Amino acid sequence: MSADVIIILTAILVSTASALLGSFLVLRRMALMSDAISHAVLPGIVLAFWVSGGERATAVALLGAAAAGLLTVTLVEWLSRTNRIKNDAAIGLVFPALFSLGVLAVSLYFRNVHLDLDAVLYGEIAYAPFNTLEAFGLNLGPESLWIMGTLALLNLLFVLLFYKELKLSTFDAGLAAALGFAPGALHYALMSLVSLTAVGAFQSVGAILIVAFLIIPPATAYLLTQRLPVMIGLAVLVGAVSSVAGYVLAILLDASIAGMMATVAGLLFALAWLFSPVDGVIPARSRRARQQREFAARLLLAHLAHHDRPVPVREVLEEFGWSPAFLAQAQQWAQREGLIAGDPHGLRLTARGAVLAGERP
Amino acid sequence: MIRPTTSDQFSPISLRPAPLEVRDLTVAYREKPVLWDVDLVIPEGQLCAIVGPNGAGKSTLLKAVLGMVPRASGTVQFFGQPLQAVRRHIGYVPQRSSVDWDFPTNALDVVLMGLYGRLGWFRRPGRAEREEAMRALEQVGLAAFAQRQIAQLSGGQQQRVFLARALAQNSDLYFMDEPFAGVDAVTEEAILQVMHELKGRGKTVVVVHHDLETVRDYFDHLTLLNVQVIASGPLEQTFTAENLKATYGERMSLGR
Repeated sequence: MSADVIIILTAILVSTASALLGSFLVLRRMALMSDAISHAVLPGIVLAFWVSGGERATAVALLGAAAAGLLTVTLVEWLSRTNRIKNDAAIGLVFPALFSLGVLAVSLYFRNVHLDLDAVLYGEIAYAPFNTLEAFGLNLGPESLWIMGTLALLNLLFVLLFYKELKLSTFDAGLAAALGFAPGALHYALMSLVSLTAVGAFQSVGAILIVAFLIIPPATAYLLTQRLPVMIGLAVLVGAVSSVAGYVLAILLDASIAGMMATVAGLLFALAWLFSPVDGVIPARSRRARQQREFAARLLLAHLAHHDRPVPVREVLEEFGWSPAFLAQAQQWAQREGLIAGDPHGLRLTARGAVLAGERP
Repeated sequence: MIRPTTSDQFSPISLRPAPLEVRDLTVAYREKPVLWDVDLVIPEGQLCAIVGPNGAGKSTLLKAVLGMVPRASGTVQFFGQPLQAVRRHIGYVPQRSSVDWDFPTNALDVVLMGLYGRLGWFRRPGRAEREEAMRALEQVGLAAFAQRQIAQLSGGQQQRVFLARALAQNSDLYFMDEPFAGVDAVTEEAILQVMHELKGRGKTVVVVHHDLETVRDYFDHLTLLNVQVIASGPLEQTFTAENLKATYGERMSLGR
């Protein structure tokens, strides 16, 4: 496998694993939680390094970090359940505390260890091809592909198996509890997988890109559809497109790969926000403009219906207080629809227009 | 259907324990109790209203009974059993504002959720379930809106979707939290129809209600609540000027 393919594949696996879980995070209004978890796993990683004697110990690091992720979730839940502070403040309190513990531990005790903070935050996906997994004396290929492949598969299985239960507990946790679907347990399972995914992707893409991949593709997909299965599928697609396009652009511009992938994802979100047929800003605006024009034309028809002679344009403008440009737009539309006709003496209804003027809009 | 526990079969008084029996229930969010020493027996197969002024603890009573808020003291039994044993046989129609209506799904799908309990873990709803959900939607007059994204339904239609979901759930005991609040006449009529349909099937319906004008027309059984139970029993015995005054207190005499 060439290095390019390995990097792109790693990124696609990270984005797929993230989009599957991120869709539910976004719908549960817990997007901020992914930010918290991806930072708060640091002390877990540090602890795992200490336990394993400072070697690169992926499995131990994964578990330690996942435990730290769960600790974050538990602390946040516990703090907000006391009703003294709101959920967002609880998140804001817990994760900097845990993250700074991790930073302190690194700076005090692990100066000589191969664990630098830049790599933690930004990762280095470009190194993905060089870290290979070796077992039984065999070179099994890039470690990142194994880790992320496993996590993507795990998350896919989780979402497929518990789709119905996840959907119900996300939409109506009260009913989920009443029907015996243990929304609390599902919540912790989801958060455990988010923690595992964040940690697994840590080395290759860093904390920032994980948050970007967990939130931006699902948020983009949310704007594009009103059906949950489609939303999840689109989120995976947006993540994959960001991975491929981000890599290509990063090579062309000689820029940070992870940074470019997040940027492309952000651009895709902006496009969806502007142009989504469901509720994009620009389609909504043009729909409003079209409606204004059509309603104005209907008013015009009703007005003309009260006169049995052509009404001069000047009179219409005075009657409605429209600008000549706006009247021209409405008039143009009505003429194209064959509802009114121009006349040397002003505007008059066509036979079709007269019929329409009598109907309710 | 829920069978009575064996011990109840020896009970000389009734063959089947009441759908809901609350003893000495007290709930406090802070220092002051929201509910104080509530005793309540809801009879089977009737439409029961829980009425009282704002802040009387009506919604809290529903939530405490269903284990959604912690109880300071007291016991709650459903058909003579604890909540855990009968959860799936209890339908809860929450206030409309309790869910996010921007969730990417349609009306039919929300109604289908009422059938999840019967399906259990892992099994997905199939054609039979979809047909059943459609029938429930038809009953509340929303068959034409089955595929409609739920955010695009009116408030009254959303309330009716919740009702259809409760119908589909086919519980023995229903709790509805202010279903008549802020709905139009069509929806009010639909809710009443559903309530009578449920009663016809022998179900018990407990409704938190705030409109004194309609209590007499809608319900068989009335519980007047203001932190404590003021009166509870058949409507003709409890819906008296004296009880209302005891429930609403000075506010009634001040207002009129």
